[in-house]
Formats: sequence, C-alpha cells, structure tokens
Amino acid sequence: MASPRQRAARARYIQYAVLVAVVVAAAFLMDWAQIQRAFFNIEVARDMFPRVLTIALKNTVIYTACAFAFGLALGVVLALMRLSSVGPYRWIATGIIEFFRGVPALVVFLAIGTGVPTAFPGREIPGDVLGQVTVALGLVGGAYMAETIRAGIQAVPKGQLEAARSLGMSHGRAMVSVVIPQAFRIILPPLTNELILLTKDSSLVYVLGVYLETQELTKFGRETMNTTSSLTALVVVGFCYLLITIPLAIIVRRMEHRAERAR
Amino acid sequence: MTTEIRPDRGAAAIDVRDLHKQFGDNEVLKGIDFHIDNGQVVCVIGPSGSGKSTLLRCVNMLETPTKGQIFVEGEEITDPDADVDRLRSRIGMVFQQFNLFPHMTVLRNLCIAQEKVKGRSRAEAVEVARRNLAKVGLAERESAYPAHLSGGQQQRVAIARSLSMDPDMMLFDEPTSALDPELVGDVLAVMKDLASEGMTMMVVTHEIGFAREVGDKLVFMDDGVIVEEGDPRQVLANPQHERTQAFLSKVL
Ligand SMILES: Nc1ncnc2c1ncn2[C@@H]1O[C@H](COP(=O)(O)OP(=O)(O)O)[C@@H](O)[C@H]1O
Ligand SMILES: [Mg+2]
Repeated sequence: MASPRQRAARARYIQYAVLVAVVVAAAFLMDWAQIQRAFFNIEVARDMFPRVLTIALKNTVIYTACAFAFGLALGVVLALMRLSSVGPYRWIATGIIEFFRGVPALVVFLAIGTGVPTAFPGREIPGDVLGQVTVALGLVGGAYMAETIRAGIQAVPKGQLEAARSLGMSHGRAMVSVVIPQAFRIILPPLTNELILLTKDSSLVYVLGVYLETQELTKFGRETMNTTSSLTALVVVGFCYLLITIPLAIIVRRMEHRAERAR
Repeated sequence: MTTEIRPDRGAAAIDVRDLHKQFGDNEVLKGIDFHIDNGQVVCVIGPSGSGKSTLLRCVNMLETPTKGQIFVEGEEITDPDADVDRLRSRIGMVFQQFNLFPHMTVLRNLCIAQEKVKGRSRAEAVEVARRNLAKVGLAERESAYPAHLSGGQQQRVAIARSLSMDPDMMLFDEPTSALDPELVGDVLAVMKDLASEGMTMMVVTHEIGFAREVGDKLVFMDDGVIVEEGDPRQVLANPQHERTQAFLSKVL
C-alpha cells in the first residue's frame, strides 16, 4: 500500500501529464497561422485606435459609473425601506427588488428603450442614451445592491445605533452618521463586485439604438468586426474590459484579505 | 440652537412609577417604583437576568415600557408626545461594550453629537471634547481610533463622549464587566471623580466595593422586582431579605 504522501505525489504527476498532453495536442492540431489572421490582425487592431479608447472605453466607463451611482442611491433607499417598521414600505421595496432581480437585464433595457417612449409619448428619460442606460442598468444594479446594503446595515452591531440614539441623535441622523458608514465598509467588496457586473452589463446598451458617439466597447467591437471581417476587434475590446475589471477584482481581493486579517 | 429647558429643581432626577416591561410572554420588569434625587449615586445590583439592564434602558427609552411612567427631571419621557431625542441628550449612557464609533477618531467620537444634536460649532465642540478627554486622562489619544485603545481606555473615552453633551445625569450598564481586571480601577476612578463632582448617576454594577464606597443608595433587584433598597453600607452589612442575603453571600 502506498503512503498518503506517495499517493498525493502520484496524483500531482498525473495532473501535470494531462496538462502537457493537452498543450502538445493543441499545438499540433490547431492552425496557428489561421488563428493569428483571425484574432490577432495587427492592422485591424491599429485602426481601432484611438477611438476604442476615446469613445468606446470612455462610454463604457461613463455608463457604468452613472448606473452605479444611480443604483447605489436606489439601493440605499430600497434597503432602508426593507428595514422600515412601516409594512407597506417593506412590501413595495421587496416587490421592486424581486422584480428587477428576477427579470433579465435585457428585458429591462428593452422596456426602458422602447416601452417608456410608447407608454408615455412625448416624454422621455432626459439625457439621451446616457439617461436611459443610467436608469435601466441602475434599476437592475440597485435591486441587487439593496440586498447587499441591507445585509451590511444589519451587520453593524446594535449597540452602535443605541449609542448614537442615547446621545440624542434622531434615527435618521444615527443612520447617516454612524450606521451606514460602517455598513459600507463591510460591504465594499461585494459592491465592487457589483460594479464589475455592471461594467459587463453596460454592453446591453446596444438595444437602445446607439450612434457612433454613444457606442460603448461591445457595440464598437461588433461594428468593427462587421466592417473588417476580423475577430481581432473582439480581442481588442475584450482586453479593454479586462483593463477595467481586473484592477477592480484586485481591489476586491485586497479588501477581503484585509478584512480577513482585521477579524 | 434650542433654548435649554432648565430642570425643575424640585423634581427627582429620575422617577419611575409602576414600570412593567414584557418581551413577548416574558415579563422582565414586574412593577418597579423608585427614584433618584439630583446628585445621588444609585447602584443597582442583582443576579444576571433579573432585569437590571432593561430597567436602565427603559429610563432613556432604548426599551419602550409596556406599562408605567418614567419622569426625567419632572418631564415624562414615557409620554407618547415627549421629545425623546432632546431628553436623551441630557441623559448620558455608558454601555458594557463601550460602543464607540469605530470609524471615527476619539476626538470625532466626542464631537459628532455635540455638533449634530446640540448644534455646537466645530471649534466649540473640540474645546469641550478636549476638556473631557483630559478629565478621563486621555488627552494625548485624541487622534487614535478606538480599535487602537485598550478596553479601559475605550470605556473612559465613552464616558468622556457622554460628558461632552453636558448631561444632567449618567446611566452606567456594567461599565467594567467587559474589562480585564487590571483596567477596572482606572474606569472606577473616573466614575468616583464624577460622583464627587455631584453628577447624578445610576450604576448597574457587580463592583460591590464601588457601591459601598460611592453609592448613596443601593437597589437589589431579583426576577423583575426591587427586593430591597437603602443605604449601601446598611444593605450590604445587614441585608433584610432572604434573596438579598443569598445573592450577597455569593458575590461578597
Ligand atoms: N430585547 C430583548 N428581547 C427579548 N428578551 C429580552 C430582551 N432583552 C432582555 N431580555 C430578557 O429580559 C431578561 C432580563 O434581561 P436584562 O435586563 O438584560 O437582565 P440583567 O441586566 O439583570 O442581566 C432576560 O431574561 C433577557 O433574556
Ligand atoms: Mg445586564
């Protein structure tokens, strides 16, 4: 009988062997020249600059930031409503949260983009595409963030609110000055994760009908792909997303690590 | 800034009448009557679960009584129309777990309610805060965060935070129970100073020595009622009630 350590070593060798086999097979079986032409065409990539940065990346960042800000404000309001002692507030908030968490983001975009103008002719959400994306994406993000924020508020020890109230602060003042700031520290990692999700969901803006100046990364990539018949555009665009999301992911990991140590 | 309503000098600092508190089916306070005069130090002792904290928390309405009345300097805080926030700002409260605001420096902990509740300017608040920090012996720690202080220091900051609101009276809920034994003395010393300055104090405590030395009145509670009350030295030396005797024989 092999000892546990010998068995663990053997399992590790097998894993390495499988990995090497897959890499070798890929190297022989794939048509590398074709892959390079399709995905890494330098000319196509070069032609995408600087617009991929000055228009597409910029718009993605702006759409996401505005939607996140709107969603955060909405999330705080919904979270406070969920925690309210007034029944109807709780029911309304629960309804809104469950609705926008349960419905695909694409459907919300369609409703905002075509539903609102049809339902309220002559009236539209101000701010053109940016306004619409802020509301649509903000509603979806806000619904998710509301539950996170509520959990954060509930994670603040009860004694904090009591101490604030015993000093004569009103409930609202105590929430604003004492409880909510502490709740946000607790939920900073999940909120940043939500920001990453919103960054990717901002690609849904295409259903709102965008023109050149309002294109964000995904739309811009698809347009470029159509005109150049090269998948290189997608590689460039994907890389641009990573430029946003990877630093955010690193920040989240750092914060989680620090919270772990502080415990 | 609102005009200060001067306490009615004739009225008791705290006057509790037929106080009942129920949590669900569990009746925790079963008819409490007692009062504290201005400048008095009243210590409350009794076994765990007897309702001491609940009584203290009812006095500043952190718990809403099920029945009965509580008057603070003649004003009924249990009145549904009472301005509870304003009354609370005149009643300092010190908790077993300190409950400092961890996201603020010590100085900010002391200033925030002065500014937001009393409407003091930043400069005025800082001046008051520094005076009270010096009083509890922590003048040099004003820019520290609570997490960097020992338990004893945190509790002294908490006392200074309450004092910065210029309260007419202070409530203490087992202020030294969460402290390492060697840190208890500093906190008790601050409380003794306060008592000698004439602060009205209601202190739930297990520190029998403090009750004997500093207290003007000792209240023994058991099972939601006041079993015995009186001069601390007399009650401790010569408890009248069987339940008091049983409790004291365990803690003394
Ligand atoms: N918020 C609450 N909800 C339900 N029961 C409570 C609550 N607070 C206190 N109690 C109960 O009331 C009783 C008295 O508690 P407490 O006043 O904390 O006693 P003491 O401070 O004398 O130890 C205990 O049985 C406790 O379980
Ligand atoms: Mg207690």
